[in-house]
Amino acid sequence: MKLPTLREVGTEAKLLLIGIPVFIWTMIPIYHMFLFAISPKEDAFSGKLWPDHPTLHNFHIVFYQEHYFLRDFWIQFWNSTVIALAAGALTLFIATAAAFSISRLKVPGGRWVMNLALFTYFIPAAFLAVPMYRTMGNYGLLNNHWSLILAMVTIASPYAIWVLKQASDKLPVELDEAAVMDGATTLQLFRLVYVPLMMPSLVAIGTYAVLLAWNEYLYAFLLLSKDTDITLPVALGNFLAADDSPWELLMTTGFIYALPPAAVYYAFKRYMVGGLTAGAVKS
Amino acid sequence: MAITLSGSDTISAPPLSARLTTQQVWGILLIVPYLLVFLAFVVYPVGYGLWLARNPANYVALYNDPIFARAAVNTLIFLVIGINVKMLIALFLSGFFAQQRPWIKWLSVIFILPWAVPSIPTILSVRFMLNPEWGMVNHFIFSLTGDDGPNWLNDPTVALTMAIAVHIWKSLPFWTLILLTGRLAIPQDLYEASEVDGASPWQKFRFITWPSMQMLYVTCTLLSMIWTLGDFNSVYLLTGGGPADLTHVLSTLGIRYLRLDQLSLAMASIVCAIPLVLPLMYFMMKRLSR
Repeated sequence: MKLPTLREVGTEAKLLLIGIPVFIWTMIPIYHMFLFAISPKEDAFSGKLWPDHPTLHNFHIVFYQEHYFLRDFWIQFWNSTVIALAAGALTLFIATAAAFSISRLKVPGGRWVMNLALFTYFIPAAFLAVPMYRTMGNYGLLNNHWSLILAMVTIASPYAIWVLKQASDKLPVELDEAAVMDGATTLQLFRLVYVPLMMPSLVAIGTYAVLLAWNEYLYAFLLLSKDTDITLPVALGNFLAADDSPWELLMTTGFIYALPPAAVYYAFKRYMVGGLTAGAVKS
Repeated sequence: MAITLSGSDTISAPPLSARLTTQQVWGILLIVPYLLVFLAFVVYPVGYGLWLARNPANYVALYNDPIFARAAVNTLIFLVIGINVKMLIALFLSGFFAQQRPWIKWLSVIFILPWAVPSIPTILSVRFMLNPEWGMVNHFIFSLTGDDGPNWLNDPTVALTMAIAVHIWKSLPFWTLILLTGRLAIPQDLYEASEVDGASPWQKFRFITWPSMQMLYVTCTLLSMIWTLGDFNSVYLLTGGGPADLTHVLSTLGIRYLRLDQLSLAMASIVCAIPLVLPLMYFMMKRLSR
């Protein structure tokens, strides 16, 4: 084996000098959360880097809802799941239909609709939240899961339409022409040609919308208020209402809440990187 | 020739035009769901909100509210410092992650975690780390110096700085990834040729990397401005706008007014941000709608 030259060692050292701080910076808040999740209360508050008595007891308390703040944990978990999946499915449906219509059927005014969608995409989410709250009140949807689902669809679909339109513009026109020649109806064209070819982008967009809805805090906390209606992030925020919050349980619940999106993200990373980041900012 | 062409046209025209209309009907049918969402949840709220904010008295009230002035200044600080620091680090780190090393590949997988996990638990985790009595940071400072650490979130300047740090922690991976994509798209032979000519690393960056990335960098910065304006979580979950409502930014202030049942004041405070947001929106739409 060839020994590395001094210069190579120097480069490697410089890279490590960047890499180690980056690693520490990235991991500290996440490790801190994990540390609390496996610590009994006394250990958690003592500032140790590893608890004297690591335990899974906090998870037990959360799963069996054995604390005042956690008495609706499972129903809140269910709410989060249902809302995320519904928002994902609805976004996928609306955005795919719109992208197909704009890009393949060349619907008159399609360019306009695309621009309107982009306009929505560029409204800062927290600014739209204020009038959205009042609107949902006017529609009588406050404290109803549909309000959050529809708000999430509103926020997710512009970007979804844009990405799907970019992707479907790349499909050759000849495909549609050939299918139409063979006597395919528009619906068959959509179902048998368009959707299968667009699958990678559809997976990316579906994941994007599900994660967006699962992670949403602001809209959820404005639109839903009853303990049995709220989603997990709102429940986490509610821990702060008490002065002596059980932080070890808060971090345990947060850890459980953070696991599914992280798992989904890494499982679909392939699609996410190809389908989303490439389209996120066109240079 | 012309006659035969028009002849064949008349034969194929009816089915073709019939096909076109069904296609158009389908086109309209398929775009209607989005248009309905847009009308019901964008046009109506925005129009209604602007209508609520029409009364000049709201702006007088805002002008007289010291919390609003403070929030406007905080927002500018948040944007100018937060975004520039974030984008410069992202630009630097994109060069780091472009290095071909197995351990850097692994690090990049870990590095994306802040972006992949929801922000609520991680921000709350930071919040407890900064707790003056039991937080990990002050325990650490105590064990090093024997002194009590500062009361991090009780000083508005420090608290806002921490909120900016949390914002950077959360969104740095995304922008690094985008800039990395841009960097990897630069043809390698440019670097090889400059290597032969004896270019220094700085010259390579100055004359190859930066010229091919500056447009992407500017676009990212502006898009990041829009998203940062809408970042509610970093401030709200870390400081709650406190101490004494001194760390609000426009996004949390709007929600604060809303919680106090002052909807028209909330809308007016958002309307005040429009001169800043509209040019950004215009630029981004021009960039992306091509």
